[in-house]
Amino acid sequence: MENFFDLVPLIVLIPLIGMLVNLFAGRQIGERGVAIVAVGASSLAFLIAVILWIAQVQTGYEPGVVDMPLLADWISVPSAGLRIPWEFRVDTLSVTMMLVVTGVGSLIHLYAVGYMHGDARFPRFFVYLNLFLVFMLILVTGNNFLMMFVGWEGVGLCSFLLIGFWFDKPGGEGWKNSDAARKAFIVNRVGDFGLILGMLMTFWTFGTLDYYKPGEAPLAAHHEAEAEAPVFAPQFPQEEHAEPEGPLGVFNQAQLWLDEGGHEVDFGLVTLSFETTLTIITLLFLLGATGKSAQIPLFVWLPDAMAGPTPVSALIHAATMVTAGVYMMVRSNVFYEASTTASFVVTLIGASTAIVAGFIAVGQWDIKRVLAYSTVSQLGFMVAAVGVGAYAAAMFHLVTHAFFKALLFLGSGSVIHGMEHGHHHLTDHDVEDHKHVPPHEHAPQVETERFDPQDMRNMGGLRHKMPGTYWTYIFGTLALAGIIPFAGFWSKDEILVDALRLGLDENRLDGYIAFALLLTAAAFTAFYMWRQVSMVFYGQPRTPAAEHAEESGPVMLVPLIVLAGLSLIGGFMNIPSGFPLLGRIFGEHQFTSWLEHSVVNAHAAGFLWLLATVAVLLAAGAIIAARVIYNDRALRQLTDDPLEANERTAGAFALANAKLYWDEFYFSTIVYPYQRAARWLADRLDWAFWHDFVHDRVIGSSFQWATEMLSNPIDRGIIDRAFDGLARLVHNLAARVRTIQTGYVRTYALGVAFGALLILVIALLPVLRDLLGL
Amino acid sequence: MFEVPNLADYNIMATLPVMVLALSTCILLLVDLFIPTERKHLTALLAAIALGVTLVLAVLPLFDLVEYGDGPLAFEGTFVADEFSNMVNAAVLITALLGVMVAPNYLERSALQRGEYYSLLLLTTVGVMFMGAAGDLVVVFISLELLSIPLYILSGFRRGSAASEESAMKYFLLGAFSSSFLVYGIALIYGATGTTNLQAIWQTIDALAGQETSARYLLMAGGSMVLVGLGFKVAAVPFHMWTPDVYQGAPTSVVAYMSVAAKIGGFAGLLRVLVAGMPNFVLDGAEVAAWQDTVWILAALTMILGNIIAIVQSDLKRLLAYSSIAHAGYILIALAAGGRAGYGDDAARAALIYLMAYVFTNFGAFAVVIAVEGNDPTHTGLGRVRGLGKTHPMLALAMTVFMLSLVGIPLTAGFIGKWFVFQVAVAAGLTPLAIIGVITSLISAFYYLRVVWLMYFEEGEGEASMPRTLAWAIGISALGTLLFGVLPYLLSDMAREVSLAFGGG
Repeated sequence: MENFFDLVPLIVLIPLIGMLVNLFAGRQIGERGVAIVAVGASSLAFLIAVILWIAQVQTGYEPGVVDMPLLADWISVPSAGLRIPWEFRVDTLSVTMMLVVTGVGSLIHLYAVGYMHGDARFPRFFVYLNLFLVFMLILVTGNNFLMMFVGWEGVGLCSFLLIGFWFDKPGGEGWKNSDAARKAFIVNRVGDFGLILGMLMTFWTFGTLDYYKPGEAPLAAHHEAEAEAPVFAPQFPQEEHAEPEGPLGVFNQAQLWLDEGGHEVDFGLVTLSFETTLTIITLLFLLGATGKSAQIPLFVWLPDAMAGPTPVSALIHAATMVTAGVYMMVRSNVFYEASTTASFVVTLIGASTAIVAGFIAVGQWDIKRVLAYSTVSQLGFMVAAVGVGAYAAAMFHLVTHAFFKALLFLGSGSVIHGMEHGHHHLTDHDVEDHKHVPPHEHAPQVETERFDPQDMRNMGGLRHKMPGTYWTYIFGTLALAGIIPFAGFWSKDEILVDALRLGLDENRLDGYIAFALLLTAAAFTAFYMWRQVSMVFYGQPRTPAAEHAEESGPVMLVPLIVLAGLSLIGGFMNIPSGFPLLGRIFGEHQFTSWLEHSVVNAHAAGFLWLLATVAVLLAAGAIIAARVIYNDRALRQLTDDPLEANERTAGAFALANAKLYWDEFYFSTIVYPYQRAARWLADRLDWAFWHDFVHDRVIGSSFQWATEMLSNPIDRGIIDRAFDGLARLVHNLAARVRTIQTGYVRTYALGVAFGALLILVIALLPVLRDLLGL
Repeated sequence: MFEVPNLADYNIMATLPVMVLALSTCILLLVDLFIPTERKHLTALLAAIALGVTLVLAVLPLFDLVEYGDGPLAFEGTFVADEFSNMVNAAVLITALLGVMVAPNYLERSALQRGEYYSLLLLTTVGVMFMGAAGDLVVVFISLELLSIPLYILSGFRRGSAASEESAMKYFLLGAFSSSFLVYGIALIYGATGTTNLQAIWQTIDALAGQETSARYLLMAGGSMVLVGLGFKVAAVPFHMWTPDVYQGAPTSVVAYMSVAAKIGGFAGLLRVLVAGMPNFVLDGAEVAAWQDTVWILAALTMILGNIIAIVQSDLKRLLAYSSIAHAGYILIALAAGGRAGYGDDAARAALIYLMAYVFTNFGAFAVVIAVEGNDPTHTGLGRVRGLGKTHPMLALAMTVFMLSLVGIPLTAGFIGKWFVFQVAVAAGLTPLAIIGVITSLISAFYYLRVVWLMYFEEGEGEASMPRTLAWAIGISALGTLLFGVLPYLLSDMAREVSLAFGGG
C-alpha cells in the first residue's frame, strides 16, 4: 500500500493540468468542456485523496515522504546546509486536509458550473479555481515550511484574483471589488511578514525547514522521547547539544531539546533559551495565521472579500484557504505545546475574535457579510482550540465547519441567484428568452435604480419559492448553531470541553477565559443565524424581486444536498467517549485517534453532560429569542431592525452595524497617517528635493557639462580618430592578405608545402640547436 | 609465429553503433536502387532512421545506461570505444541528422535528387565515428580517407556546374596531397617506435624518455607530418586555402554538413594521435610536449588570419568559410593545452564541448544560408540577408542567435565552448594564446554582427524559402545553441568522464 503514497504528486499535477488546459484551450472547448475539465480535475484529485486515505489506514498510519518526480531539489546551498527538497508528506493530518480541500472543492466546482453559467469569463474563473486547488494542495502536502509558504502565497494570489474577479462591473462596483481584492492582499502581507520571520528563525534554530525527515516518525510523547534521548545524551556533555543534529526534522529536534532542557540558541546579538526562541517563533507564526485565518487584528479583509463570486466565498473564504492558518498551527503543535505564553496569546486572540465577530454579525444586512463574520468567529473557535491545546478539536471543527459553512455560502449564493432571477424577470420583461441572458451580477445592467440582491431587507418569504435551498439552509444553520445531532454540535462541544478542562484540571486562566468567551460566542452564533433565516426565508416577500425568485437548477442543488447530508452526519466521526448509543455505533474518538498519528499532542476530550446540555439550551434559547424578535409582524416592514427600534438595544446594534468602527479605527490610525507620510515623502522629499534639486540641478547639469567635455574634444578628437585609423588598417591588411587567394590549385598546394616546411622547421628547431650544439 | 586471434576476442560488440551505421549504409545503397527519383525523400527518411537508431545507440553509453561489449578496447586495441568516442559519435550523428534534414528539399530544388547523396553522407559519418575511436595510426589513416572521399564526391555533386566540379577537384587534389603527408608522418612514427598502435607508441615514448636517441627526431618529424595531414582537414592556417573555394562551389547542404563533420573528424584524429598517443613526448629540459609549440603557432596563425580575412568577405558562404577556419584556431588552443602533462583530459573535454556547441551553431548558420540562397547556388552574397528581419522575423532571429554564438556572447553555446577552451588554456599556462583568442573573438564580432545589422537595419527584399524540414533543422539548431548556452552543465556533465590518457595522463 505504501506504493500508493507515490500518487501524491498527482494530486497537485492533475489540477495543474486542468488549469493549463482551460487556460490555453478554454475559449475553444466551450463552457461545457471547461466545466468537464475543471470538475474532472478536482474530482480526480479527490479520488487520489481517498486512495491515500485508504493507503494510510492499510499501512497502519505510517507517515510517508514522497519526492516530486523529475524535479531536483528546489533550493540547495550545501555550504549553508540549506536544502529545500520538493517533498510531499502523506500523513493523517495532510490527508485530512487533502480530503477536505478536494472533496468540498469538487462540490463547489460543480456548483460553480451552474452559478457562473453565462459569465463572459467562465473559462478564466475555472482556471483560477483549479490554480487555487494546486496551491492549496501544495500548502497542505508540503513536507517543509517553505513549500507550505509557496502554497500559502499562491492561495493568497488566487484569493486576490478571485475577489476582484468582477473588477469591471459597471457603476463603480468594479472599483469596490478590486479595492476589496487589494485590501485582502495587503492585509495578508502583514501576516506573511510574521510567517517569513518565523520561518527564518526556525531555520536559524534548527538548520532545516523540514517537518520530519524521510523515514522519521514523530516522537509521540515525552516519555518515549526520553527513552530515545539517551542515544544522544549519555556520551556527550550537555554543550554538545548546542549544535543541531543534522538528520532530524524540526519537530522531533524541538521535542528532544525540550526534553533535555537547557538548550540555547545563538542569534548573534543575543542568546536565547530554546523555550524563548519557540515562544517568539510561535508568536510570529500566529501573526501569519491572523492574516490568513482572519483573526484580530487582521480579520478586516475577510468581510470585504465577499465581493468575489459566491463559490469563491464558499471555497476559499470559508472552507479551505482561511483554515490554512489553523492547519499551520496544528502542524506546529510541538512548538505551541512548548510555549505557555504563546498558547495564552493564541487563546486570547482566538476567543476574542470569536466573540467580536459574532457580535458584529448580528448587525449586518448583507446576507454574505453575516456569513463572513460568522466565518471569522468560527475560525476564532479553531484558533482558540489550538491555544488551549485541543489540536484534534481544532481540526475537527475545521472539517465540520468546511461542510456547513460551504453549505451556507452556497445556499446564500442560491438565494442571490434566485433574487437576481426575480429581478431580471421584472426588468427584462420584454426579453422573450431571458434564460439565455447572462443571469447575474456580471451582466451589463442598464438600470437606473440600484438593486442589491444580497440585502436581506429585500428578501423575505423565500421558503416557499426556494424549498430546496430553504431546507438545506436550515441544516447548515442548525449545524452552525450547534444543535445536537448536527456536525457543529460535536466539534464545538469538544472545543468547549477542552477549554473548560484546561481551566479545571490545570487551573489555567486562559482556559476559563476561552470557555466563557466561546460559550457566549456560541449563543451569538445561534442568534444571528436564526435572524438571517427569519429575514430571508420567513414572512412575506418584501420586494417584487423576492416575489418572483426562482429555485436554482439541479447542478446547484445537488452539492447543497450532499453538503447538508455531511452537515448532519459529519460529526459522527468523532463521538466523544461516554456518549450513549452513538459512541457504540460509530466508535469513540475515531477522528482524534486518526490524527494522533501525525499530531503528537492531539488528545481526546471527554464528554460533559452538563456542559453539552447548557450549550444546546443556550443555542436553542438564542434561536427562540431570534424567532421572537424577528417575528412575522416585525418582518413585514423591515426598514429598521427590531433591535434598532428598541431603544435599549439600539446603541449595541448601531455598534455592530458599524463593525465596531474597526475599519475606521485602522483608517485613522494607520492608513491616513501613512498616506500623509507618503504624500509628504513624494511631494517634498522625492519631487522637490531629490528630483528638482539633486537630480536636475546638481547631477543633471554637471553631467551635461562633463559629457560635453568628453564628447567633443576627447571622444571625437582623439578616440574616434584612433579607432577609425585602426579599422582602416585592419581593412587594408585584410584586403592585401586576401590576394593570396588566387584560386589556383598549384598556389594552394604550394601553400600547403610551405606550411609543412614551416612546421618542420619549427618542430625541428630544437633538434637543429642540438646538432649545432647551441 | 603469427596467431590468428579468436573472433570472440575481437570484442565486436563494443563497435555496435558504428557497425550498425556502416551496415545500414550498405543496405541503404542497395535499397535506393529501387526507389524512383521522384520519391527520393524516402531514401532521406531511411537514412534519418538509420542515423536516429545509431544516435540512440551511441548516446546510451554516454549516460552510462548500457555498456556494449567487454571493456573499451576492440579489434586488438585498434578500436577504442570510450567516453571520448561516444561523445564524438553523438556530435557527428547529430550533425548528420541535421544534414539529412536539410538535404531533400535542397536537392529537389537544385535538381540533384540522387540517392547516393545519403549513402555518401552516411559513409562520411562512419568515417568520423571510426576516427573518434581510432586506437591505431592505420585506423586514423583509413578513417580519414573514409571520411574524405565521400566528401570529395559530395562537393562535386552538382554535376555540370563548373563551380561545383572545380570545388570537388580542388578538394580532391589538395586532400590527396595532404593525405600523403599523413602517411609519411605515420611511417616516420612507425620508424621511431616500431608500432602503429597508439597505446604502444605511448609506452615506447615513455620508455624512450630521457634517452638521447635519434628516434626523437623521427618522432618529431612524424608528429609534424600528422599535424599537416589532419590540419588540412580541419582547415588550419596555413593549410586552409582550399576552404573558401570549396565551400563556395559545393552545394550548400554539403557544406553545412562537412564544415562540421570534417572538423569533428580531424580534431578527433589530432586529439587521439597527439594528446592520447604522444603527450609524454617531451624533449629534455622542457615541461610540455614537444609538439606544443607547433600547435601553438598554428592556433595563433589560424585565429588571426581566419578572423581578419573574414572581415573583407562579401559572400555569406566565404564569410562562413573563414569563420570556420577561425574556429579551428580556437579548438587548436585546446589541443595545445593538451600538451602539458595532466591537462590532456581537460583539453579533450574542452575541445569536445567546443565542437558540440559548434555543431549546432555552425550548422544552423549554413542552414540559414540554404534558406536565403533561393534556387541560385551562386546567390549567396551578403546582400541576401538584407531586410530579413522584417520579412522572416523568426529566421532572422535564429540567424542572430547563431551569429552571437559564433562571436561567443554569453547565454549561447559558443560562449560556453570558448569559456572551457580559454579556461583550460589559462590553466595549462597558455595565457598568451587565450589572450589572442579573446582579441580575435572581439575582431570577429565585427563581421558576424554585420550580418545581424544587415538583417535588421537595412532595407532589402529579404527573400527566403523555408520548407518544413529546413525550418525544423534551423529551429533545432537554434534551440540547441540556446539550450547549451543557458544550461552549460548539460555539456560539461556529458563530457565529465572523457579521458584520453593511457597511463595517468
